[in-house]
Amino acid sequence: MPQHAWIIPALPLASYALTVFVGRRLGERAAYIGIAALGLATVLAFWTLAAVGGGASAAMSVPWLRLGDWEIRMGFQVGRLEAAVLAMVTLVSWMIFIFSKGYMHGDARFNRFYAHLSLFVTGMLTLVMADNFLLFFVAWEIMGLCSYLLIGHWFEEVENARAAFKAFLVTRLGDVGLLLGIWTLAAATGSLRFADILEKVEAGELSGSLVTVAALLLFMGAVGKSAQVPLHIWLPDAMAGPTPVSALIHAATMVAAGVFLVGRTYPLFEAAPAALATVAYIGAVTALVAALIATVQTDIKKTLAYSTMSQLGYMMLAMGVGGFAAGLFHLEAHAFFKALLFLAAGSVIHAVHTQDMHRMGGLIGPLRLTGLTFLAGALALAGIPPFAGFFSKDAVLVAVHASPYRALFWVALFTAFLTAYYMTRAAALTFFGRPREREVIEHAHESPPVMTAPLLVLVVPTALFGFLGPWFQAFVGGHEAHGAEAAPVQALAIGAAVAGILVAWAIYGFRALDRRTAIRLLKPLYVLFKEKFFFDHLGLAVARLGMLLSLAVGAFDRLVVDGLVNGVAWLVLLIGRGARALTAGSAQAYALVMLAGVVIGLFIYQVLGRVG
Amino acid sequence: MLSLLIFLPLLAAVPILLLPAGREQEIKRLATAAAAAPVLLVALMWPGLGAGGPGFLYEVRVPWVPSLGIEYHLGVDGISFPLVALSALVFLVAVLASYGIRERVKEYFALVLVLEAAVMGVFTALDYVLFYLFFELVLVPMYFLIAIWGGPRREYAAIKFIIYTMAGSLLMLIGILALYFHTGANTFSIPEIARRAPELVPPSWRLWVFLALFAGFAVKVPVWPLHTWLPDAHVEAPTPISVILAALLLKMGTYGLVRITHPTLPEAAREFAAALAVLGVVNIIYGALAAMAQRDFKKLVAYSSVSHMGYVLLGLAAGTAAAVNGAVFQMVAHGLISAMLFLLVGVFYDRTHTREMERLHGMYLATPTAGVILAFAGLANLGLPALPGFVAEFFTLQGVMQVGTGFFTRIAYVTVIGIVFTAAFNLLMMHRVLMGRPREEFAALPDATPRELATLVPLMAASLLLGVWPAVIMRMTNGPVSEFIRILGGA
Repeated sequence: MPQHAWIIPALPLASYALTVFVGRRLGERAAYIGIAALGLATVLAFWTLAAVGGGASAAMSVPWLRLGDWEIRMGFQVGRLEAAVLAMVTLVSWMIFIFSKGYMHGDARFNRFYAHLSLFVTGMLTLVMADNFLLFFVAWEIMGLCSYLLIGHWFEEVENARAAFKAFLVTRLGDVGLLLGIWTLAAATGSLRFADILEKVEAGELSGSLVTVAALLLFMGAVGKSAQVPLHIWLPDAMAGPTPVSALIHAATMVAAGVFLVGRTYPLFEAAPAALATVAYIGAVTALVAALIATVQTDIKKTLAYSTMSQLGYMMLAMGVGGFAAGLFHLEAHAFFKALLFLAAGSVIHAVHTQDMHRMGGLIGPLRLTGLTFLAGALALAGIPPFAGFFSKDAVLVAVHASPYRALFWVALFTAFLTAYYMTRAAALTFFGRPREREVIEHAHESPPVMTAPLLVLVVPTALFGFLGPWFQAFVGGHEAHGAEAAPVQALAIGAAVAGILVAWAIYGFRALDRRTAIRLLKPLYVLFKEKFFFDHLGLAVARLGMLLSLAVGAFDRLVVDGLVNGVAWLVLLIGRGARALTAGSAQAYALVMLAGVVIGLFIYQVLGRVG
Repeated sequence: MLSLLIFLPLLAAVPILLLPAGREQEIKRLATAAAAAPVLLVALMWPGLGAGGPGFLYEVRVPWVPSLGIEYHLGVDGISFPLVALSALVFLVAVLASYGIRERVKEYFALVLVLEAAVMGVFTALDYVLFYLFFELVLVPMYFLIAIWGGPRREYAAIKFIIYTMAGSLLMLIGILALYFHTGANTFSIPEIARRAPELVPPSWRLWVFLALFAGFAVKVPVWPLHTWLPDAHVEAPTPISVILAALLLKMGTYGLVRITHPTLPEAAREFAAALAVLGVVNIIYGALAAMAQRDFKKLVAYSSVSHMGYVLLGLAAGTAAAVNGAVFQMVAHGLISAMLFLLVGVFYDRTHTREMERLHGMYLATPTAGVILAFAGLANLGLPALPGFVAEFFTLQGVMQVGTGFFTRIAYVTVIGIVFTAAFNLLMMHRVLMGRPREEFAALPDATPRELATLVPLMAASLLLGVWPAVIMRMTNGPVSEFIRILGGA
């Protein structure tokens, strides 16, 4: 099966083409094209996983381009890492395709939505399987394009369009780093293939400084895509897109591509300790900053967006401290439970038509199924056993604990506390307590089965995937968890999670401490978190500076460059006024000038010829 | 074959002029047929090009003025043929896009066909006199097409265009004469002079002759700071003429560098490489910044051309296989993309009578099909993968990095600033024109017509093909480019 794995991305691509060309005639039935394609792809991906688990692997490439003597081939590779990620991506995508059938029902651009979603999945699957940097980058950008198109799905509202614009431009900033990294490596090794490049890196054929620079440049791309500080500012705004998009692209798959990039080129990072340390620190800072901001969000999707950012920080942190397998384990586990959380949140939004958690409350009554599945996701994210998030976060914490970065371990642990806190807060505000607004809850009704069924399916890996942890980490080829140290770390992790839950419940459940009192007591911090550490202000300032620069260039061009040209022309015109009187029309003038040119040319030639 | 490419359009102009002015249908049909013929010819010639090794194909060589060694000498290789093919396609598209012309229809189409003959001549001529003749012949119909059918400031723009390019041409002529006299073989043959020039042009002259030729081509490209004629000419020119101007006329400048200056004066080209690289980067970044400052849709696209042509200069300066192939590919890529963008500016202008982007918002809702195509073109212009601009820029800059010197590495690092601003101005354009809701007066605009689609869809299809499978062009360019690099003695 692995040698036929190219069919897996080809299926959503076919779905894209079909939806674009015949979708209009099918109306909303066009969704079945995508659902069928993804269902088939999921089956194939799991088949591939089984085959790879049995020891098979595949690589295939075709000649694509020849530049000088350099032959560039396009191809894919499917080994353990790829097979594992393929299975996750197809399964989550499939569920989201089914869910969207209900969620997007009645949307004016229903088919366009499915088309873009299909193209996105093609991009993600291609990215995972690509055997070279060029195809990887193409897939990377196609995902970025789909993200842009889907964030701006409801572009009638300029706010949504602006969020799409911001997402594209900010990630583009990271992408130029990635491009420079690719060019640097290609120039140094004469190849774009991962295998060739990594082989040369591992053989020590590249200089240390070049490897460090290249790794940092690649990481810049990952920072943009995976919403790491300081290029994270696009992700919360990206929630302007339909919720299934937030679930698939901005939580489960695309945003993890940056982490995947680091994983894919891991030997490069291992050869560059400075770059690896940067990954660890950026990851830790991102995890903490995002968790702190998440504690004061009132929008259910924004809370989840910051939690995604925070968890991506965890993954980077794991990568940075050498926990390659732990990072990827958390990537997979997070994809399942975060997709679940977003879809459940989508189900809530579908029912109550608001995203403001302060207007909700008590929704566990009417939305029993949605509420329970959301709680499963929240417990997973908070890191409560036996849910997947406990095991994967634990693996990350163990990896950090085993590394020399003492401080980062405490940062990660504190973040775990915060995570449990804000997820409990979100669950309490949304589902428990007395309903705060009568009309919100009165109209609330459980979503149709097409939406709740995917939730139930995703509960399975959310609850059980964690138990595969040791197997998974060994499977993707990393180290097993450090058994001896694991126990105390586990105890600390559970302690932090429970503490987070208790504190949040004290405020939002028992109301032992009034929320407003807490805000008053921590006013400066509250403002800092509420203003998101002022990163948006910084981003806006940079954007304004760029605009100002462009306006300056525009004015300079009009006044100075063109002014100079016209000035010269005026001068010539004054001198040539006499000559102009002699000619009646432009054609003659042209002939005359041409003749004059020839004469002058010959004259200059003669003069210069004598000198030379 | 090549003579037909030039003379079919030229001869077709005659019956068009003879037809009575009232018979516009026949004029348009004849012009379309005359513009379609070169497309067929190109299709017939395509297999003959094969993998495009060194040397010229489909050569025609007849003595013309034997006493001076002037010949009627045509030929194509893997570098010029893609441009010939592009010209055939773009002229057909331009003729189709000209059906809306109302004034002096027959003169208009006759001039467009003369222009096509001249452009084909430039890309196929292998004799300096012939080349220069065609190069100058391009200006005549172009001048009238802007000055008669242009916008309100058409005369200013036309005069500026012609004076500017002629000043450059004069310097070029001096350069050509210098080459002729120095090689002293009584030949104006471009390849023969290129063979002799490295030995026969005295070292003290090389750079000066190079610069004289370069000046002529630089105005056309246009190289900063000689670019200000371009936005003016574009804004005033009617849509199809803007298309031809951006897609083809600018390429005459960079083609001149690839065909003439660099292979003929390789030492000078090497000396000038650093300066050319800097000029290329200035074009890229300055063009992108200036584009971002524009409120006029058409000016934005015009400045975007300045930016994208910078990649061609940069690739030639770097002189590695990836960079030069990328540069040649960029000529074709930019030809397709700029043609789409100018057509789209026209599509929206015809409906709204404004080019102010601030006034155009919500066009995606007003005209969904045209909106999608604009998004496609805008993303292509931004350098999105699977579209040709990306392929060109990726390999050009990879090739720049490949040079391996600190200077060129720094150049690559600086160029990416241009990539960011290119993304910014294209996204800004799409945001302004497409997003949000349309103004009330623009709410019920007709969507793209079949005729408009007939001009846009072939360009989109070609873009997608070249973006996914660039070997269609690069398998032709690679052979001649390798030869080019060998002559240049570069990396």
